[in-house]
Amino acid sequence: MSDLIPIIVAKYNYWLYIVLMMIGLYAMIAKNNLIKKLVGMNIFQTSIILFYVSMGCKRGGAGIPIIQHGPDAGHHVIDLANYVNPLPHVLMLTAIVVSVSTFGVAVALAIRIYQRYKTLEEDEILARLRSK
Amino acid sequence: MIWQLDLAILTLVIVTAIAAISVKDLLGCAILFGAYSFLMCLLWAIMAAVDVAFTEASVGAGVSTVFFVAAVFRTTRRTRD
Repeated sequence: MSDLIPIIVAKYNYWLYIVLMMIGLYAMIAKNNLIKKLVGMNIFQTSIILFYVSMGCKRGGAGIPIIQHGPDAGHHVIDLANYVNPLPHVLMLTAIVVSVSTFGVAVALAIRIYQRYKTLEEDEILARLRSK
Repeated sequence: MIWQLDLAILTLVIVTAIAAISVKDLLGCAILFGAYSFLMCLLWAIMAAVDVAFTEASVGAGVSTVFFVAAVFRTTRRTRD
């Protein structure tokens, strides 16, 4: 048990990402308002993006991977501990754009639902659907 | 990565997320969601992911908040939860 606690504390960011993901999942399932559900979906997505970017991150002053190329800088040894891994960044850049476009389409659908049913609450929409 | 700053901003992110899903006003929810996106942008700048950070600052904190506020003005501010 005593050797488990340093492992848990050393990976504190992963545990907090799990907390953030569960906040988003709770909002998607338990909230009644459609816009609140969309906010929960965005929180869920950003927690996954945080997890991926955090996997490429290094402790101890690792910087962005810009490698100098010049007439006399072409043949030096590159120490990988000085650079973060840029591959998760590029993947998650796509995920951010996808999440914003998903949010835009979902908000447009919510506006159409409001124009038709005059409410954004899920139970009122379902009650009006059943009463027809 | 400075882990003290990372932990402090991550705590603020979780506080803003809980506040954004529990506030009883959709316009307040929009502003809190913009603050959440901006804190997320700071988190990425700490993790040395500057390309993700400025994409999040322009797209996440900018365009998402504009969409959200526009949607709130076209529908309603009222929410029960």
